[in-house]
Amino acid sequence: MHDAGKVIPGIIIFVVFVTLPFWWNVGKAVPKVEVELPKEYTSCVEDKSFMIREHMKLLDNWRNEVVRNGYGVYVNSKGQTFHMKFQEGCMKCHSSKERFCDRCHNFVAVKPYCWNCHISPEEKKGWATKKSNVETFSKQPASHH
Amino acid sequence: MGNKKIKRRNFLKAAGFASLAGAWAAATAGFLSGQRVKAQAVKPTPNSLVAGRWALVIDTRICAEHPECRDCIEACHKWHNVPRFPDKQHEIKWIWKTHFHNAFPYQSHEYDNEDVKKREVIVLCNHCEHPPCVRVCPTQATFKREDGIVMMDMHRCIGCRFCMGACPYGARSFNWLDPRPYIKEPNMAYPTRMKGVVEKCIFCFDKLHEGKLPVCVRACKYGALTFGDLADPHSKVNELLRKHFNIRRKVNLGTGPSVFYII
Repeated sequence: MHDAGKVIPGIIIFVVFVTLPFWWNVGKAVPKVEVELPKEYTSCVEDKSFMIREHMKLLDNWRNEVVRNGYGVYVNSKGQTFHMKFQEGCMKCHSSKERFCDRCHNFVAVKPYCWNCHISPEEKKGWATKKSNVETFSKQPASHH
Repeated sequence: MGNKKIKRRNFLKAAGFASLAGAWAAATAGFLSGQRVKAQAVKPTPNSLVAGRWALVIDTRICAEHPECRDCIEACHKWHNVPRFPDKQHEIKWIWKTHFHNAFPYQSHEYDNEDVKKREVIVLCNHCEHPPCVRVCPTQATFKREDGIVMMDMHRCIGCRFCMGACPYGARSFNWLDPRPYIKEPNMAYPTRMKGVVEKCIFCFDKLHEGKLPVCVRACKYGALTFGDLADPHSKVNELLRKHFNIRRKVNLGTGPSVFYII
């Protein structure tokens, strides 16, 4: 190979530079997201790891089944049945949007538009006709499209 | 490289080894993901009401006896969190009252019976057999269910308002503003809408899932509204339609409304 003395160190320097963020953080603790889980219930509709990874797909599936296909009941992997409801289902147990949904969504910087229409438990307590809430709503994205 | 020939034996060895490696990789990936890819099963709500084609029969004679009554409108708008905007141009309505000559423009004339001429009738989405709104919707946000209900999937509506242009009954309203500040007493069990989507009557599909009749029908204390299965010849709606003279709105357009008016 021509110029092996330059090319090989060059490649090594390049690889080290590109993977620098990984070397930099080796051994450091991953920041932890603490969400508040319901105290009176120990299990969700599916197991915890599934819910963490797949809840968005599950909810997407639910809304299509209810609104588009006319089904109302979900059968989970253990054979238990649940009504596919969001405001009156999920949020009955997870009684705080801010301390459950938002904690993680804010951390990963996602802004799902569920709450533009669905009423969160927090909003149930202080309704939109209050001036402060009107301002909060206007800060949401004007459209989800 | 170019003139080096691969022997048949070596080629087969390499191919066999490659497929082994592939099978191993797929199995490992499946194992690491916990093999949790499972079908999500759903079923209908146990006591949900079902029909071949849902229809609503409105007895305008009963409504005419109670001109002040707005029970069905109030109940519907309250349950579905329909906002009340001060400006009429922003008005949202699912079910409302209009004059006979507006509801039935080709069926009224100047020599009409005085009583009929003055009569106000309840109008709403007609849940047409051939809904023009569904034909024009670019996202299938509005679609026709198998039981005849013309549904709105608010998750999909992009607010293009083609459906509003297509609907010959003015049954659809657009949210020009965020409706929430204009809902004074919200129903916490039902969502609101957001700025930029179209809404209309959906024949209370959620109530039917629960085994209940639509909100307007249950709210009417005079029994002017009858909801039932048009596909079932023995249903109450068919019985009423056979017995009494009735009309539908703008039948000449061929949309086939599922809302009938006994005159």
